[in-house]
Amino acid sequence: MYSDLVRSTTEADAGVAVVVEDLRRSFGSTKALDGVSMSIPCGTVLAVLGPNGAGKTTLFRILATLLPAGGGRAVVAGHDVAREPHAVRSVIGLTGQFAAVDEQLTGRENLRLVGRLSHLGERVARRRADQLLELVGLTEVAGRPVRTYSGGMRRRVDIAAGLVAAPSVLFLDEPTTGLDPRGRLDVWALIGDLVGQGTTLLLTTQYLDEADRLADRIVVLDQGRVVAEGSSDELKRKVGGEVLELTLADRAAVPEAMRATQDLAAGDGRPDGNRLSIPVTAASGTVVRAVRALDAAGVEVTDIALRRPTLDDVFLSLTARPASKEAA
Amino acid sequence: MSAAAAVAHPPRRSVRIGWGFYDAAVLTWRNVLRNLRNPTFLLTEVLVVPILFTVLFAYVFGGAIHTPGVSYVDFLMPGVFIQTALVGSINGAVALADDLQKGLMDRFRSLPIAYWAVPVARVVADLAFDAIGLGIMIAVGYAIGFRFHGTALANAGAVGLVLLFGFAVACLGTVLGAALRTPAAVQGAGGLVIFPLMFASSVFVPVQTMPWWLRAVVQRSPVTYAADGVRHLGLGAAGAAESVTMAVVWAVGIAAICIPLAAYLFRRLTR
Repeated sequence: MYSDLVRSTTEADAGVAVVVEDLRRSFGSTKALDGVSMSIPCGTVLAVLGPNGAGKTTLFRILATLLPAGGGRAVVAGHDVAREPHAVRSVIGLTGQFAAVDEQLTGRENLRLVGRLSHLGERVARRRADQLLELVGLTEVAGRPVRTYSGGMRRRVDIAAGLVAAPSVLFLDEPTTGLDPRGRLDVWALIGDLVGQGTTLLLTTQYLDEADRLADRIVVLDQGRVVAEGSSDELKRKVGGEVLELTLADRAAVPEAMRATQDLAAGDGRPDGNRLSIPVTAASGTVVRAVRALDAAGVEVTDIALRRPTLDDVFLSLTARPASKEAA
Repeated sequence: MSAAAAVAHPPRRSVRIGWGFYDAAVLTWRNVLRNLRNPTFLLTEVLVVPILFTVLFAYVFGGAIHTPGVSYVDFLMPGVFIQTALVGSINGAVALADDLQKGLMDRFRSLPIAYWAVPVARVVADLAFDAIGLGIMIAVGYAIGFRFHGTALANAGAVGLVLLFGFAVACLGTVLGAALRTPAAVQGAGGLVIFPLMFASSVFVPVQTMPWWLRAVVQRSPVTYAADGVRHLGLGAAGAAESVTMAVVWAVGIAAICIPLAAYLFRRLTR
């Protein structure tokens, strides 16, 4: 039904929508990007995962021609971002924390505005605004100022604004950050639709489950460098499957507990007060073996659980620092 | 199906000059609409503040201010017209900084528009609100006894001079907004610049009673020249030539400096 809303990128240049080579950018003495390389095949979704300050937004802004690179090269849909910014601007769609919509204008007015500024002509700009409002499920509230919208509705208008010019490559910067669960699900469903139609998508996120759900490939960025790249399964395998979480009666017993569970551990345990997280390879009987080992060592355990790895665990195993402790 | 195909492959999106004017017109419309949608803006900036100042000066301070040869209301209103344009330029600068801070500027910059369309739209929208504000203040002035006394041509010249001054300070506001980038900074700097300029001038009071050292500065202020120029033209008073000439020179000078500066700032933003 919406097949005409998104330009399929499968016919674009050499099958690669975005190429990034050794991209660098510093702000003062801080290296925001320190030699990043990646590529996105046409019609696929790449998620750039990383904590605040990892360089995600800098990468994004350079690709969207909003910021000059300090070194290296970036090509979007066959156009160099430094040499042909105008050509790049006419084939990308941008949605994110920083490409906003006007709060005072209605949803419909915002989309028409973007259509006109994309030089679609009055008639097409109007029709396209209505089509996109339908696509993102905002037809009912299209005449209300955006400032009256909920967070999820705002984000959907924002995404629609990115789609107005039928972009070959869509950039989504943290599309669900700050949304409630309902808003997240709505935005995910919308992105799923777009992906189903073959849009090339670059998505930045702090959430592993979001990358997991939407992306073909994931690039993990930390301190301006690519620290891992692969499918979500590949990344999880690197983390070591699952995590054993122990709560001890006495925090002084932490070293003892680490020693006792040494045979089970797939990586270094991470103590946090009287709690201990230990990466383990997924296997049946892990909890039972852990309980026995701890009991034999005389460590008193008040709680024990096995859970799936989170972004924190991915970061720990890749960078040895918890993701959430990063400065912005 | 042909309609759908047209949508799927949007027509040419070139960067020709013609598109630049189109972009500027679209953005001007948006700036105007945005102000109209903002009730606080309309109430406070276009109505309350200038009317408050008018009433305050006409009825509270006015009795104590001696303006030889003219009624105080006739003296005051040309000053209020200039004040309205001055305050309007700060509002424009704040709106621009707001766009920069909220990410709207990034949205515009990610679109294939001409880099100069954004500042031009800002100035044109400011000028449109200057014209509306001027219309309202002329009406308010007439209600409290102000009259144009000049020839039709001189009166038109007075209105033209207000708008020329409005244009110059709108250019200045655009530079201020693009350079300072946050509404709070613009608001702060604007107040710091505007209040001394407004009160250390002939906007509300004749300069003759000021001490010589202050008068030396005030008499050379562009705001004084503009207020006096509008006054001389609107009152049909003699001696218009000097103040009008100097007001025009100042306005053209400010614009001549600020337009390339604004172009540079926006070009740097969009590169």
